[in-house]
Amino acid sequence: MAVIETDRAPIIARATDDSPSSATLRQSWEGRPGVGGWLATVDHKEIGKRYVVTAFIFLIIGGLEALALRVQLARPNQTLLTPEQYSQLFTMHGVTMIFLYALPVLSGFSNYLWPLLLGSRDMAFPRLNALSYWVFLFAGIFLYSSFVVGKGPDDGWFNYVPYASLAYNPGPNIDVYALGMVLLGISTTVGSMNFIVTLAHTRAPGMSINRVPILVWGTLTASVGNLFAVPAVSLAFFMLWMDRQVGTHFFDSTAGGQPLLWQHLFWMFGHPWVYAIVLPAMGIVSDALPTFCRRPLVGYTAVALATVTTMVLGFGVWVHHMFASGLPILSLSFFGAASMVIVIPSAVAVFAWIATIWTGRPVFTAAFLYFAGFVLLFVIGGVSGFMTAAVPLDWQLTRTYFVVAHLHYVIIGINVFPVVGGVYYWFPKVTGRLMNEALGKWSFWVMFSGFNVAFFPMHILGLLGMPRRIYTYASGLGWGTTNLIVTIGAFVFATGILLFFINIFLSLKRGKPASANPWDAASLEWSTSSPPPAYNFAVIPIVASRYPLWEDRMDEGAGRSSVGAGMLLDRGRETIGTTLLDAEPDVILKMPGDSYAPLLMALTMTAAFVALLLHSRWGFGIAAVVTVLTSIGWLWPERSLMQIETGHD
Amino acid sequence: MNPPAALLFNKLPMLLAVRVEPAMAYPRTFGPAVDPITRLGWGLGIISLLVIVIIGVLLLGGVLRKRVASSAADPHQLAVRRDAGGMAWIYVGGGISALVLVACMAWTLLVMAEVTKLPSTPALTVQVTASQWWWSLRYLNAKPSNIFTTANEIHIPVGQPVRFELASADVIHSFWIPQLAGKMDVIPGQTNVMWLQADQPGTYRGQCAAYCGRQHAHMDLFIVADTAQDFAAWQDGQLTETIVPATEENRRGERIFQTHCAVCHTIRGMNPAGILGPNLSHLMTRSTIAAGLLANTPGNLASWIANPESVKPGTRMPAQILSGPDLAAVTSYLNTLH
Repeated sequence: MAVIETDRAPIIARATDDSPSSATLRQSWEGRPGVGGWLATVDHKEIGKRYVVTAFIFLIIGGLEALALRVQLARPNQTLLTPEQYSQLFTMHGVTMIFLYALPVLSGFSNYLWPLLLGSRDMAFPRLNALSYWVFLFAGIFLYSSFVVGKGPDDGWFNYVPYASLAYNPGPNIDVYALGMVLLGISTTVGSMNFIVTLAHTRAPGMSINRVPILVWGTLTASVGNLFAVPAVSLAFFMLWMDRQVGTHFFDSTAGGQPLLWQHLFWMFGHPWVYAIVLPAMGIVSDALPTFCRRPLVGYTAVALATVTTMVLGFGVWVHHMFASGLPILSLSFFGAASMVIVIPSAVAVFAWIATIWTGRPVFTAAFLYFAGFVLLFVIGGVSGFMTAAVPLDWQLTRTYFVVAHLHYVIIGINVFPVVGGVYYWFPKVTGRLMNEALGKWSFWVMFSGFNVAFFPMHILGLLGMPRRIYTYASGLGWGTTNLIVTIGAFVFATGILLFFINIFLSLKRGKPASANPWDAASLEWSTSSPPPAYNFAVIPIVASRYPLWEDRMDEGAGRSSVGAGMLLDRGRETIGTTLLDAEPDVILKMPGDSYAPLLMALTMTAAFVALLLHSRWGFGIAAVVTVLTSIGWLWPERSLMQIETGHD
Repeated sequence: MNPPAALLFNKLPMLLAVRVEPAMAYPRTFGPAVDPITRLGWGLGIISLLVIVIIGVLLLGGVLRKRVASSAADPHQLAVRRDAGGMAWIYVGGGISALVLVACMAWTLLVMAEVTKLPSTPALTVQVTASQWWWSLRYLNAKPSNIFTTANEIHIPVGQPVRFELASADVIHSFWIPQLAGKMDVIPGQTNVMWLQADQPGTYRGQCAAYCGRQHAHMDLFIVADTAQDFAAWQDGQLTETIVPATEENRRGERIFQTHCAVCHTIRGMNPAGILGPNLSHLMTRSTIAAGLLANTPGNLASWIANPESVKPGTRMPAQILSGPDLAAVTSYLNTLH
């Protein structure tokens, strides 16, 4: 969307939010008021907040599903849920948490924070950003559409064939899952492209690639990973839908198809995805923890490289989900060893965090507690992963509650704890108000103890031989007491989450007003006001180190960043485009404004998927045509973007 | 594990002839296809716990060492003047981790080689066919007349390796008897092969470990490890043809079986031979029905036949519309199948 304006040099000036230039900026960047403006906005901060709020709503839905499952399992031979209800609940719990909470919440953080961290005024493609959000929202609603009438996806989130094929699963359950995942994949893909280009070309001048915050490294790595991983799963789900509705036989062993093909395609996506939902969260910790340790992160380069290495290795380990499928021993050995090697970049990150705490001077805030607690949970989830990477041992552990324990330590420990810590950390920036610290510490201790009471005993259940995905179990197997403890822990954990949400609501109304930089942090987002103005920065800052706001207090080089004076760029929606590695100023980018096109496009694409679900060829044809027309409207040249020649003035 | 400890953990129960309860827990196991895995599991588990403790202590130490109350922090004081230092943590921590890792990897590969190799010629081969939600078992034999089929309860001779060929009749299942062997998936379109051996007589419980539909929770199987004599007797019993019922009531039960049940079930020597449901030859030698869900008692058998859906919702077995006397007759007949 952004287009080059070559015939002027940006004015370098000093400006604040009260300067006349800022009034012009406000006029250019603020959206229209009212519902229309709300639907048309492309402001990355607005989209980021919507992502986080929507993801948290899905977190609550997925959490309630989990509590229902836990009540059913609290005692042997319970009949609270029927087997059908149980299978839909555990499937939707997984689908919700993994696809509708874990990545979207991080996309929300990154959408909100990236331009602020990078010293820019928006993402590279603001309208794609809006499209990405709307498609995510509609895909989430689509995935729930059949669940609410009791026909939800019911084959677990990894949806193995042939149980997911028409012969064994004739209802709409799996069609909704298959089409919903293809739709959601569009959101993930356009979002990932946007992050990559944003990182490449909209950093503040001087923010060379070795000066970007680790969160940026994490989201960049996740985005590149997604671009390679998502096609595998979109393809797999599309093939499955064709097997079910068009009569192909990709996965049908009775007609020469191969059920294991599904597993390969799914996990080629699934495992990198696990890293996509944790690496940005680890980035949150790597950026925020140093603030509370009053020192820069130990081993920035090592941690950045560990982030990338983890993802690269993550593409070579998918078979560790299939160790028991009868593949040749030699290939299992390779994938087992590759899985174990991931311990090394993980260890680098863990020791970097510990060294940061050890050589720093920790400040005991609620956010710090979440980050420090996260380190321990990361290690517990890591070592159980290391145990399941040992191929023969995995033949015992896989598909038991040991794996359930492991994946929850990974996803809750490495995603939810940093996310909640990150909310405590950035809430004042987003809302202009501080969250309640005392309630924050309570919420941490309740969450942390509830989490460990709920999930640590699951390791024991796994060692006692309890398979996952059973809707009930006989007494006399020694599983009853442990399951009861797990259920109690789950409710304590849920209480901690509830306290966190209560804190958000109380603080939104009555929180102490926050200054621009309440934690005395070092990165650029803290140099602008809280909450930031629509244009983010009165001037585009110029960056000379990794820690622009701490430079004066550190004996590092002579170069100084400039946050009060910089490029004004106040002629309409403008930001600076910079070069890939060194972030040299390159071009003035004319940024697109609010538009209904993303919303309309998301609606028509969703309509096309609904038509496919309902087997309506006409519906699909009409929706496809309208989608194409919308994209033409979207791409229609605009004078404000200088896509139309205006001649020389 | 060194020899005395191995003796303590693995041989002691055998010496004391402790009967193995049917259970799923596998911290203690009873056969050479799994014991090396169990030792590996203890080893890696203890290393993992040590790592958690060490990291926990380091973390707590770092947090408590120099912490200041958040309110007392001088907002403009940093802990260091330079973005340097601390790298030794990464070098030392990462280095030790890598060394431990390589050692564990080597141990893992050795265990894998050990447990995948049959120790000697298998005493017998059993073809397992998994279905929603039960297990069909076909005992292979060089002599075709000595081949027989049973369900859900696998008898094997103690102390001898047994080979299993695993196939699926419908969706993916997973064959798992934790105290004797790790899991092996049962996948349509391919035959996976594994082996196990029970070093101690007794009953070992197993359960389908891959989600396979509504009654995944009720797809149990049992391995009964018999002494050589007991196994031979059991095998001979399975090979006998069913005797014609002695009483009129049971003969009537057999006729009802043939009209109502034989579409799916069969009994050795009976025609036609239904194969959709478990083979019911010598049903009374099995301790459970409905794949481990119910004890094999006449009462349970009758209520299972009358209304399987209420016992096992979603089961493929249709309810039989039988009068009270007919139900009693067929149950009585089935109770003669010793």
